[in-house]
Amino acid sequence: MDCDKLILKVNNLSKKFGKGCSQCEKLTGPEHNSNVCPKCGTVVALQDISFELYQGEILGIVGESGSGKSSLVQCLYFDQEASHGEAYLCCFDNGLSNILKAPESKKRFIRNHMMGMVYQNSVRGLRLNVTSGGNIAEKLLSADMFHFESIRARGKELLGKTEIPLYYMDEMPKRLSGGMQQRVQIAKALANNPPLLLLDEVTTGLDVSVQAKVLDLIKSLQQDLNISMIVVSHDLGVIRLLTNRTIVLKNGRIVEKGLTDQVLEDPQHAYAQLLVHSML
Amino acid sequence: MTFEYNFAFIDENAKKEIRRKLLKAIAIPGHQVPFASRELPIARGWGTGGLQITMAIIGPEDVLKVIDQGCDGSVNAVNLRKLISKTTGVRTTFETHKATIIQTRHRIPEVPMKEGQILVFQVPLPEPLRLVEPSEAETRRMHSEKDYSRLWVTLYEDIVKWGSISIGASYPCKVNGHYVMSPSPIPKWDIYKLHQSECLYLFGAGREKRIYAVPPYTDVEPLQFADKPFEVESFEGLCCCRCGAVDAYLDEIYDEETGCKYHVCSDTGYCDSRLGGLERNGL
Repeated sequence: MDCDKLILKVNNLSKKFGKGCSQCEKLTGPEHNSNVCPKCGTVVALQDISFELYQGEILGIVGESGSGKSSLVQCLYFDQEASHGEAYLCCFDNGLSNILKAPESKKRFIRNHMMGMVYQNSVRGLRLNVTSGGNIAEKLLSADMFHFESIRARGKELLGKTEIPLYYMDEMPKRLSGGMQQRVQIAKALANNPPLLLLDEVTTGLDVSVQAKVLDLIKSLQQDLNISMIVVSHDLGVIRLLTNRTIVLKNGRIVEKGLTDQVLEDPQHAYAQLLVHSML
Repeated sequence: MTFEYNFAFIDENAKKEIRRKLLKAIAIPGHQVPFASRELPIARGWGTGGLQITMAIIGPEDVLKVIDQGCDGSVNAVNLRKLISKTTGVRTTFETHKATIIQTRHRIPEVPMKEGQILVFQVPLPEPLRLVEPSEAETRRMHSEKDYSRLWVTLYEDIVKWGSISIGASYPCKVNGHYVMSPSPIPKWDIYKLHQSECLYLFGAGREKRIYAVPPYTDVEPLQFADKPFEVESFEGLCCCRCGAVDAYLDEIYDEETGCKYHVCSDTGYCDSRLGGLERNGL
């Protein structure tokens, strides 16, 4: 793996829910318009997903609901265990070992030190009964930062960056609005300056003015800190605004990938064409 | 009608099982080992964990001391001492240095314990992570991976809210650089006595069915932020009204009639020995 340019390389990642049979791969996919195997009922959430992510790049993943977008980032963040495949992260073991097969303690290390994740639903990414500052502190403490004043200072810095008024630092996220929760979640994900940030439908459910703020924030983070990101969204506007390259998923398969403008202006695959032309 | 009990009440096979679990606990300092907690003539939650450990390790030559919050004379201590001495016939003592086994509820004696002595704790809640994580499977995973960030967050929140860590008793400690353990509800005053001690510490939780241990000469450090050092209780300007001790953990006693507050050593054995063993604290 070329660590000068790449940050992440994924080879043949697959995720199946169910026992699986020899026919699963043949009988599912875009050509069957289904990801449920008719023989054994296994859900093939992802099949043979391969892609690269470059340093400082934002990669978009689009697709209809159930196409495997969230499963993909959750496999990479170890929330779900991939059934098959390899992933190499340049900052872990110089990109020489498969992080999906790393021991649990190493996976936790990678999660805490090298990745940040922002979930669609902030309930998954935040502890709503712990203060915003405490949520950020958790990420720092899990990366072995045990100096109280430094944790406070870092918390303030991050909340400033995400435009959360500082008097909310010692307030529980359950008392904040959805948009603010989402920004606290981004602050938490950024706490350890992770080289890789995974964003799962970050703007879904937010009103447009807050949406614009969150998107601004993400863009500026990428430009200022050179963080590589994977942005999952079914909102093509978000994809157009943020990303350099895009992958189109359908029934757990990649049906098209390329430069974002190429995919959005001149889609080749029938499903990608449908997706782009369905845009209001 | 007469009843014949086995030596130390519980049967030999049960003792053997407990001793095996103790060996495992000592081999993995701070790790909670499950054991088959037996029914006893006292209710669970009243010291049955400590009692079973004491009964499993005691022999006819041992000298026993039992204390409850430092006191040899309180109800729990007297009952447990009577039960053990009646079923074993061992000698008992109030003096720390004469005892080979001391069973305790929530205190470590003031007189430093030596090699060969064993302190057995009665533990109500062995799991330091239970407050942040209700699932046992999950807390076991957290222990095995040294994943203590959520426990640390409670300390962080405490400082944010109160300016300092508000935990009074049962302050979480890291043992031998890995497992975080609950030292049972001993005051912070006693925490440093766990570190690199000469004696063996055994912890038994009867209701929760867990045994753990701190072997002699093991590192035990209270969790603390680099810039917020752990602090023990301060009794500055106070002394024991019986023996005048200024270097002991003091209990506050409120006199309803006069409205005055007195302070007295919580470790009655220590207090008595300073008074020359003349007064017996009502015993």
